Amino acid sequence: MRFKIACAATMALLVFPSGVWAGTITGKVKVDGPTPKRKVIDMSKEPACAKEYSPTDPPRMESTITGPNNALVDVVVYISAGANDEGVMPSQVVTIDQKGCRYIRHITAIHTNQKIKITNSDPAIHNVHPLAEANREWNQSQTPGAAPLDAKFAEAEFIPVKCNIHPWMHGYIAVLKTNHYSVTDGSGGFSLKDLPPGKYTVTAWHETLGTQTQQVIIGGANETKTISFTFKGKAY
Amino acid sequence: MRKAFALIVVLVAIGSAVPVILHWWPMAPDISADGHLIDQQMASTMVEVGSAFLLAQFLLAYFVYRSADRGTHENIRSIPGGVKLAVFVAVAFVGAELLALGMQGQRAWAIQYFSTPDPNAMTIQAQAGQFAYYFRYPGLDGKLGATHPEKINEGDQNFFGLDLEKDVAARDDVVSAELAIPVNRQIRLLLHTKDVGHSFYVPELRVQQDFVPGLDLMVHFTATKVGKYEIVCTQLCGMGHHSMRAYLRVMPQAEFDDWLKQKASEQ
Repeated sequence: MRFKIACAATMALLVFPSGVWAGTITGKVKVDGPTPKRKVIDMSKEPACAKEYSPTDPPRMESTITGPNNALVDVVVYISAGANDEGVMPSQVVTIDQKGCRYIRHITAIHTNQKIKITNSDPAIHNVHPLAEANREWNQSQTPGAAPLDAKFAEAEFIPVKCNIHPWMHGYIAVLKTNHYSVTDGSGGFSLKDLPPGKYTVTAWHETLGTQTQQVIIGGANETKTISFTFKGKAY
Repeated sequence: MRKAFALIVVLVAIGSAVPVILHWWPMAPDISADGHLIDQQMASTMVEVGSAFLLAQFLLAYFVYRSADRGTHENIRSIPGGVKLAVFVAVAFVGAELLALGMQGQRAWAIQYFSTPDPNAMTIQAQAGQFAYYFRYPGLDGKLGATHPEKINEGDQNFFGLDLEKDVAARDDVVSAELAIPVNRQIRLLLHTKDVGHSFYVPELRVQQDFVPGLDLMVHFTATKVGKYEIVCTQLCGMGHHSMRAYLRVMPQAEFDDWLKQKASEQ
């Protein structure tokens, strides 16, 4: 059975151009248990950024964000095995903006070698520092109004990004070997589209709560499978 | 020509003394209980060193002027009174000057460094790191939780490396990026750096103290004037040194209490 599916998938990939497949894996990510309180970020060091926020809605730390019904936000859900699209690099450039002394978005997922453009919309100097391990680590200062920084990463890894000038600025670049990924939204939802029939390993990664995987089989060309991940929360 | 040179020496000496005497670039206003001692010391130093400088320049000009008509072949080949006497006078003169300044300054120094802080002084920890300051206030328990460098996680806003899971004393610690203090209350500031050398300098407080890696130091001071002042790093600490600053906010006690309560709720 497994062999047949694999053969069918391979044949199909050869015969049909990618994109005709409508297999979908969709679902939600939840957290079970307490999560750390989202502390207010004190930006008093950089008044230009601090004044972008209203005192009633101050910026808060972004390492564990939850939504209604225990939804877990900013989880990278991707196909870690079986996707067969490694090396098919999308041509679009992904932008990471620095605005209000935060990374927008907090989590950015890209394909290996995909081009990234890092912009600075703040009237303050930033120093972008991806703490890469598999890729080369670098840091680069960016003055207000400076040209965007171009970057790409050849190896797959989850790279923490920090600003060497504003210690509270923190984000991640998820460099993946697949185009089938999704970063969960405010409702914890994700959707992996355009999948040919086959057996897949779906991985959900969260920056503080860890990683979970599930095996999913897409049988028919238009099949939609719904799965869910539940992470165990921790108070601190 | 030589007379003109003597005149130029006099003019340059007077010209460089004028901005100092007229206070063209005055020091920042003093907002500290002990700051006047530092100011006195600075003033005495300027008077002593300035007088010595002017005296030396005027003497130089005088001798240049007096010997202006001499021929070029009558250079002096020995020091009148001998080298030993000249060295003795110079050492005695400079020594006396330094000793006098040191004796006068010891009080200002001792108040900052040798005297123990008031028993009711408020303890705050200041942590410097490339390139920002963070300040930590003990919560209601009056205790600062222990720090664990391996637990420092800036993404989680855990700048001090507190172990909130196991260390109950750390849970109510209040961490802030600005140093807010009540006016007219002595502050006992514990200085700790998590990486390289930095410094804590508030010109208005007349306090400038280095952070030294591996050493936890303490300074104490009392701010007497409500306001917002800049804290700057005056020890070159890396590429972002220019951006390393924070703000000191001196508040009336009631306002400070509200501020601390607000901060505690944001932790």
